[in-house]
Amino acid sequence: MNKQTRLLIAGFLSSTFITGAAFAAGVHPTTGEALADDQTFTYRILDEHSSVDPQVVEDVSGAEIVRDLFEGLMNQDRDGNLVPGVATGFTTNDTKDVYTFTLRDTAKWSNGDPVIASDFVFAWKRAVDPELSSPYAWFVQLMSIENAGAIIAGETAVDELGVKAIDDHTLEVRLSAPLPYFAQMTTHATTFPAPQKVIEAHGDAWTKPENIVSNGAYVLTEHLPQERSVRERNTMYWDNENTIVDKVVALVINDENVALTRYLAGELDRTEVPAGQFPRLQKEHPAEAISFPRLCNYYYTFNLSEDGPEAFKDPRVRQALSLAVDRKIITEKILAGGQPEAYTFAPEATAGFTVPEVEMSAMTQAERDSLAKELLAEAGYGPDNPLTFNMIYNTSESHKKIAVALGQMWKQKLGVQTDLGNLEWKVFLETRGNQDFDLARGAWCGDYNEASTFLDLLQSDSGYNDGKFQNTRVDELLASAKIASDTTKIYTEVEQILAQESPIIPIYHYAGVYMMDSDVGNWPVDNVEQNWYSKNLYKIAE
Amino acid sequence: MIAYIIRRLLVAIPTILVLIIASFFLMHFAPGGPFTSERPLPPQVLANIEARYGLDQPLWKQLYDYLFNIIFHFDFGPSFKFKDRDVNDIIAQGFPISLTYGALSFLAASVVGISLGIAAAIRHNTWIDYVAVGLGIAAQALPNFIMGPILILTFTLWLGLLPGGGWNGGQWQYLIMPVIALSTSYMGSIARITRSSMLEVLNSNFIRTARAKGLPTRSVIWRHALKPTLLPVVSYLGPVFVYVLTGSVFVDIYFSTGGLGQAYVGSALSRDYAVLLGVTILYGTLTVVVNLLTDLAYAWFDPKIRY
Repeated sequence: MNKQTRLLIAGFLSSTFITGAAFAAGVHPTTGEALADDQTFTYRILDEHSSVDPQVVEDVSGAEIVRDLFEGLMNQDRDGNLVPGVATGFTTNDTKDVYTFTLRDTAKWSNGDPVIASDFVFAWKRAVDPELSSPYAWFVQLMSIENAGAIIAGETAVDELGVKAIDDHTLEVRLSAPLPYFAQMTTHATTFPAPQKVIEAHGDAWTKPENIVSNGAYVLTEHLPQERSVRERNTMYWDNENTIVDKVVALVINDENVALTRYLAGELDRTEVPAGQFPRLQKEHPAEAISFPRLCNYYYTFNLSEDGPEAFKDPRVRQALSLAVDRKIITEKILAGGQPEAYTFAPEATAGFTVPEVEMSAMTQAERDSLAKELLAEAGYGPDNPLTFNMIYNTSESHKKIAVALGQMWKQKLGVQTDLGNLEWKVFLETRGNQDFDLARGAWCGDYNEASTFLDLLQSDSGYNDGKFQNTRVDELLASAKIASDTTKIYTEVEQILAQESPIIPIYHYAGVYMMDSDVGNWPVDNVEQNWYSKNLYKIAE
Repeated sequence: MIAYIIRRLLVAIPTILVLIIASFFLMHFAPGGPFTSERPLPPQVLANIEARYGLDQPLWKQLYDYLFNIIFHFDFGPSFKFKDRDVNDIIAQGFPISLTYGALSFLAASVVGISLGIAAAIRHNTWIDYVAVGLGIAAQALPNFIMGPILILTFTLWLGLLPGGGWNGGQWQYLIMPVIALSTSYMGSIARITRSSMLEVLNSNFIRTARAKGLPTRSVIWRHALKPTLLPVVSYLGPVFVYVLTGSVFVDIYFSTGGLGQAYVGSALSRDYAVLLGVTILYGTLTVVVNLLTDLAYAWFDPKIRY
């Protein structure tokens, strides 16, 4: 970015620049890089975020803002490891069903009030309170906090939630079942503290810039819905001294190509790369086009319910279809953004998850294709009795390209006829949720970094199991993983069953594919959940 | 005249009511609801949320409550998606932005379009005429969704002169491209209509009379020809005003203006019923009002029209 465009940006961001921060015009304390005078980070978000209320927010871009405005018990570092947040640390009992967190006494709200254990108690109770009916109430239930499920169902009083402030700086959490990765889950927005007095004073409007009080490294200073949201340094934040970026601007830009143009014109520090454009951008801007693995999967699910087609009840048919998918063509020709091919449901990037040997991944595509033909013929489908089914996906250019490619591969290799259905998002969800499909697209991004965030979706009674896959062994294994100290064997067996039964066709695992200005320092590319904190970033002088 | 206005306003009420009722049912019959999500909410949570927004009531009751609140409290209800905002808030925030773009585009389209048309007609079959007609056709052939990308590529990426989008308090740099994108195609049509109307008027008997009695060309054009020329133009301007306002949906999205367009399309996709209906009513009412104003303007331009 040249000086002229930099000036231009300064003009766009106009208004006030907070100066006088310890690092302005200085050098980075550990890396020694010269820091830019203007420590403003500007990035694109696809859509207006749903909320910045920690217990209400449900979308990724909202959660990114909430992670800057509020701070939970624990944070993640650039590799995704757990580091202290408001809590300096925690202890757990032998049975791992009571966790005790110690809160730092220097943590403050942006109005100067201390952050105390009861702020967390209030927030967590709020999250399960039927009165608020948070769309993320299920997350607290997933954390196995005592009575969470019963409270959400309205069967038990909110005060019965298993969380207690022993004193101002000690928070005790009781779980209904031991959960080894409980502390990991406290980096999720739903578990962040909430300012009781402010919420009581302003009601739903407490999150407006003029009302909001928060305890993170930033405070919300401006919000023009559908256009921009601005957060600036919170001088009350306990680690304000070590925060370098002064101001973070999120611009809502619906069209990814416009966003790319505006990035190239120097208006943005970060934007997503539209599918297929990565190779070109990498050639033209090698220092700025980046790709790294993410904690998300992309797959197609068979309808195995009673309403599903008879053919899919035969595992050989499902396997054949999965085998015949040439994943390389999809990742290299269509997406071309460094996405890994998928042969398992959980991504390789998942912490503590070793990708198990599944037969298919060791074969060449030619071997897979001939096995697919064999299996399909064995199942009784061929030129005389061609397999036909419909497949649905939600509106998006790249979903469409992939669906067309899949249909084409199956047609050429197996003589299968597919009928593609492009559905608008809500119609798609409704159709898939009612099992009104043969084959449907699916994708999931992990809510926390542990394989169960993916594999639990295929549990018989999971609300997300739209293909209605039922397997008692898988259910048993997943239940046992919740309390096991070493889950490798368990998850390996689950993935092997999935490979054998093929209730889903894994296609690829996501990559974060961005254009990132080379003057942005310390972007956590190794954090597969992409839980980034603006307070850890810095802008390098050019 | 007054009686006519009152009559028209009385007809407008059932028109808008029909619009509300039709939109309400269409919206509710579309598959999926505001709380359909990828991870389905537990039934108890869903029941709580639906009760909070009155979605557990029968449809007729929801419609009744909705109309009641609008008529007696001028309250268009809460947004289902954005907890800290209600529909009145969203419209109050987005509409002034959309209106700014719409009004400026309308102004640009009519002033430039009419001028081009008149110039072309007066200098019929000269190079001025050809240039004006050429420009008009080119402008008309470029709808806003083609103009948008061309403008952004040219002025933002290549020349680096203008910001690629945003509102930023309505600074002029942010207004230029959206206004051009929104106004050009209407500008072209207006120029064409003005030109042919002017040519027709210039050939009529009363103009010949005016010329015969020795009036200078300037007075002939301004005093006699302009008003009748504009009559067909005015009938086109009414709908254009509505088009630029609703057409700003594209501009709002493409240039990320923060205007109502994004909220409108977003509400349709996320089934934010209250926002969707609120904006529909707003645009519907505007259409009815603008049509009435257009009809009244006729009377001024053409003394033969009496209401």
